[in-house]
Amino acid sequence: MNKIWLVMQREYLARVKKKSFLLATLLTPLIFPAIMAIFVWIAMEEKDNQSLRIIEVVDENKLFFLESSDQYAFSFSDRSDEEAKDLVKNGDRYGFLHIPKFDLENPKGITFFGEENPNMNLMSYLESSLKKKIEDQRLYESGIDPQLISDIRTKVDIKSITVNEQGEEKVSNATVNYAIGFVAGILIYMFIFIYGNQIMQGVIEEKSSRIVEILVSSLKPFQLMMGKIVGIAGVGLTQLLIWIVLVGGLTTLVTGYLGMQMPQQQAMEMAQVGMEQIPDSGVSEILQVINGIDFVTLVLCFVFYFLGGYLLYGALFAGIGSAVDAPSDAQQFMLPVTIPLIVSYMGLFVFVLQDPNSTASFWLSVVPLTSPIAMMGRVSFGVPFWELALSMILLILGFLGTTWLAGKIYRIGILMHGTKPSYKTLWKWIKTNN
Amino acid sequence: MLETQKLNKSYGANRALTDVDLKVSKGVIFGLLGPNGAGKSTLIRIINQIIDADSGQVLIDGKPLAPDHISQIGYLPEERGLYKKMKVWDQMIYFARLKGLSQHEAKTRIKNWLDKMEMSTWREKKIEDLSKGMAQKVQFISTIIHNPPLLILDEPFSGFDPVNAEIIKDQILELKKQGTTVILSTHRMESVELLCDQVAMINKSHKILDGTIRQVKNSFRPEVFHVTVENPVKEIPAEWTAKEDEGAYHFTLPLSGKHPNELLEELMDYGQISRFQEVIPSMEEIFIHQVKSTHDE
Repeated sequence: MNKIWLVMQREYLARVKKKSFLLATLLTPLIFPAIMAIFVWIAMEEKDNQSLRIIEVVDENKLFFLESSDQYAFSFSDRSDEEAKDLVKNGDRYGFLHIPKFDLENPKGITFFGEENPNMNLMSYLESSLKKKIEDQRLYESGIDPQLISDIRTKVDIKSITVNEQGEEKVSNATVNYAIGFVAGILIYMFIFIYGNQIMQGVIEEKSSRIVEILVSSLKPFQLMMGKIVGIAGVGLTQLLIWIVLVGGLTTLVTGYLGMQMPQQQAMEMAQVGMEQIPDSGVSEILQVINGIDFVTLVLCFVFYFLGGYLLYGALFAGIGSAVDAPSDAQQFMLPVTIPLIVSYMGLFVFVLQDPNSTASFWLSVVPLTSPIAMMGRVSFGVPFWELALSMILLILGFLGTTWLAGKIYRIGILMHGTKPSYKTLWKWIKTNN
Repeated sequence: MLETQKLNKSYGANRALTDVDLKVSKGVIFGLLGPNGAGKSTLIRIINQIIDADSGQVLIDGKPLAPDHISQIGYLPEERGLYKKMKVWDQMIYFARLKGLSQHEAKTRIKNWLDKMEMSTWREKKIEDLSKGMAQKVQFISTIIHNPPLLILDEPFSGFDPVNAEIIKDQILELKKQGTTVILSTHRMESVELLCDQVAMINKSHKILDGTIRQVKNSFRPEVFHVTVENPVKEIPAEWTAKEDEGAYHFTLPLSGKHPNELLEELMDYGQISRFQEVIPSMEEIFIHQVKSTHDE
């Protein structure tokens, strides 16, 4: 145990003391907001700089009207097809919309000509405008006033409340839960990949620089492997902790700054209104939802799956590292590790976040290879206790299993040089007893 | 000090060790000889508990090998390395602590060694900034930092320039004087003759000879003498194929069952004998001869 501790310390300090660790830890929380800011800025610039695009509309029904916007202007005429197309070719018009004479019950043959492929926005705008006009026209013809329809149209928001076994009621909101599950799942996915790779690199370094022969004459290969895995987990947790503090600090700073910008009284009013007078408004609902989330469970689950998933995969990464001489040779063994990770990542979006209680979500969140990512997608929606317990027990068993498997490969692999093992040789190593 | 009894180890169909018995006395330098792939490294790895033998056992001071023995063995593998990005000092502390020294003990000893080897100025340097010879010295000190009673050195001189090799050689002799038992695995025969008290030779998984250097050499004596006769008074027989050099005749004669004194008496009739010396094979010759003869089998 003492020796595992020594290895852990070394692995931890060797990484945390590096300048690159400090840089990555400090810059990463800034990179995502920065990238988003750049995108927003580019989009704004584009909108500002865009020249007005004129679209020629020839409507043989003399029925439609399209509203011009900042980006598009519509010019209505009776020009012939050829004339209009020539305008497009000359560059006088961005495009040409031809609406032939048709039966309102069966509108067909509407065509857009352009020099380049029109963008999605424009097309959907045109389609919805025409659709609306046709529908209104048909309502009118059937004797119904479109204004009536517009008056009848109502906005409905369903407030969802979950009732647990104790009869406590909680306000929930699919969007907030979705966001929490999404962020937690992605974080675990990234952590496993980044730090799993570090384990692998570390093992390969020790093996290829032949330090390992000296090390294993002082301690058991298993101790060396566990020390490395746990030490690197410490690095990851440290990084996470710094990020939480950093993001928390930044958020407080930003909200504090925004709060200063807002006149004190107005802010007070808003807060009061939000909390008491109109309890059903959107902001307060989100606040209620956030209050309703059991953060203790959420954080405990996150730490558990974060570490459990990392340890499970970390052992596999260590096993792979021990079997090869160089990182480039590791590729062939990466598939069994990357496939379940990708499956859980995809599963998170396709099944878990869409329907947290479906059969697919259940299995994804219970099978140890996928559960760390999938279960975190479910936790914020609320998971029955027995499912959570089953998933956690299986994850612990899974971790013990992969560690045992990796340990068997590791103790032989680290002493093998110059041979490129296949899956068959790995299997042979697993079967050998000493 | 160290004894192995009927050690066997095979990797699949390849036999690495077959019934190897060895006895290393306390305080000697023991040469473990053999060509590449003979099984030396396997034997060393078994003694270091890196791998287990299929059968047979290893005794240290009469007791079967146990995890506690790790702190009593210093091991310098042939393929060795250090963490390139780590500082000399941190690295040495790490290795010393893995061998069971306390933080305090490790610091004191490393400081003494660095002073002794005039390396104190390298303390804060990273291994990647050291020359190969410097790194080798760091490695050597790391191997012996816990004062192991048994030291196993696999090709300790490879990678050293002659000056540093000499320093290491002196350190090994110094350790021997202090009572350390040293197992030296090498195929540099000149260092074997210079350093070793006992040797054992392994080829193709079998131990093919062992004993003190003298015993081994004696058993390989061809019983042949170099003779030089100055200004002979009698014609030297042609079948002796003597070479003449300014009146001195050099030739070699086999004993052919006679006592050396009888042969010498016979020779004295030919003139003044200026050289009468038994041919003793070098370890190198024995090594090559043995490897070849087991190869032919």
